[in-house]
Amino acid sequence: MANNRELLLECRGISLSLQGRLILDNVDLSVHRGEIVTLIGPNGAGKSTLVRVALGLMKANQGSVNLIAGTHIGYMPQRLTIDPVLPLTVQRFLTLARHYPKNKLIETLSETGAAHLLDSPMQTLSGGETQRVLLARAMIHNPDLLILDEPVQGVDVNGQEELYRLISNIRKRHHCGILMISHDLHMVMSATDQVLCLNRHVCCSGHPDSVRVDPNYVALFGRTPVLMPYSHHHDHSHDVHGDVVADKDKHKGCNHG
Amino acid sequence: MDDFLLRALFAGLGVALIAGPLGSFVVWRRMAYFGDTLAHAALLGVALGFLLEFSANLGVIIVCVALALILVALQQQRRLASDTLLGILSHTTLSLGLIAIASMETLRIDLMSYLFGDILTVTTIDLYWIWGCGAVALAVLITIWRPLLAITVHEELAQVEGVPVARTRLMLMLLMALVIAVAMKVVGILLITSLLIIPAATARTFARSPEQMAILAAMVGCIAVSSGLGASLKWDLPAGPAIVVSAAILFFVSHLWWNRRAKATGAV
Repeated sequence: MANNRELLLECRGISLSLQGRLILDNVDLSVHRGEIVTLIGPNGAGKSTLVRVALGLMKANQGSVNLIAGTHIGYMPQRLTIDPVLPLTVQRFLTLARHYPKNKLIETLSETGAAHLLDSPMQTLSGGETQRVLLARAMIHNPDLLILDEPVQGVDVNGQEELYRLISNIRKRHHCGILMISHDLHMVMSATDQVLCLNRHVCCSGHPDSVRVDPNYVALFGRTPVLMPYSHHHDHSHDVHGDVVADKDKHKGCNHG
Repeated sequence: MDDFLLRALFAGLGVALIAGPLGSFVVWRRMAYFGDTLAHAALLGVALGFLLEFSANLGVIIVCVALALILVALQQQRRLASDTLLGILSHTTLSLGLIAIASMETLRIDLMSYLFGDILTVTTIDLYWIWGCGAVALAVLITIWRPLLAITVHEELAQVEGVPVARTRLMLMLLMALVIAVAMKVVGILLITSLLIIPAATARTFARSPEQMAILAAMVGCIAVSSGLGASLKWDLPAGPAIVVSAAILFFVSHLWWNRRAKATGAV
């Protein structure tokens, strides 16, 4: 899907230990424009750490992070809790780092489906609304590279589906690169170009179709239960109780690969 | 009105005007204990000022700034929880200050006036200190307002967006040190944090934006200072504690009013 192979971010041989514990072991990662790269892996696999290294928030012990000059990053952190004692509306939240005219705010919020929240206090937002506002803040200065740390956290299954569709649309419309962490890979598969299965080192990587049958992936996540409540052409919700979908049906309706 | 009363009033108002906006950050960033620690160290600064024969104000500023820097350095190690570190430093510096003052035999100072403030003996020079430092602190705070607010809401997000996090945080620490040094004269080192916290917490009930909260906190502080001084005059109360109690009364009244209104409108 990434026809234009303009490189945005490249990490090479990243190794990092914290308090004597090896967190990342010789990890390579690259993101191109127009491409969605998804990091998956069990808890404690180092997904967030890798993203923090890529963002420059942490320093690796070894390896290099190369953010191509002129690449603007939009970052959506994993969690946001704002103390109720701080009076802050969505509008104010979006302009914390920089001032933007109101029509720009509304335009961006509309794109993430949160325009009606402009004047709401941040503390009154639901989980899904908070994620949409965070996504809007990541997008507001037209980034070349969006880095999303578990963008659907705290969102119910229907909302997750919608958010992933939204992210996929953003990629199409803005032609930016997207690096995303997820632990529920089945949901994101159909929108992702490249999956990086991380468990301290890169277990396997590649197109979702090839990763899913990779022995290393199967060893980490097992074959079942494969939960597929989402693929591109569906316009209705699916059973969320973990019904197993037969292998051949898994990717019907996907338009990639 | 007598001169000493006017000086007391101006000293209190000067402190309240900067303590409100700065105190808002103390409340937002949960730095109350940090403020307490700096304040407790102030006594050591007083002793240092006398020992080296320069002004007590300068001694306090030096010690508070040094402590703030030490704290920043220690917190980056993350081996001990912040409140443990603060607890250790807070009481150690207070004890060191008490020992230093007690051991200076030639020095006859009224310990109570440092612990609980002595606003009625404010001199014209004290006023220069308070308004001079207060004006500088306010100007700096306004300059770093946007980055400071950004790192208060989400530090890493702000850092990715290009906010100079370490520098901004350091500036806030230094501002705290400066304000605590000049506020000591008004309410004393044991009560200083109340001037930072109570007006800000009171203002929260009425504020719709961070800026509103800061301005309202300054106003609440001014009201508390004026009414506290008035009460002190009328009923012969100790001035510092009277100011703190006035602030506390404003706080409780505002929250009662808020709860009533919330019930009336059905909001929470």
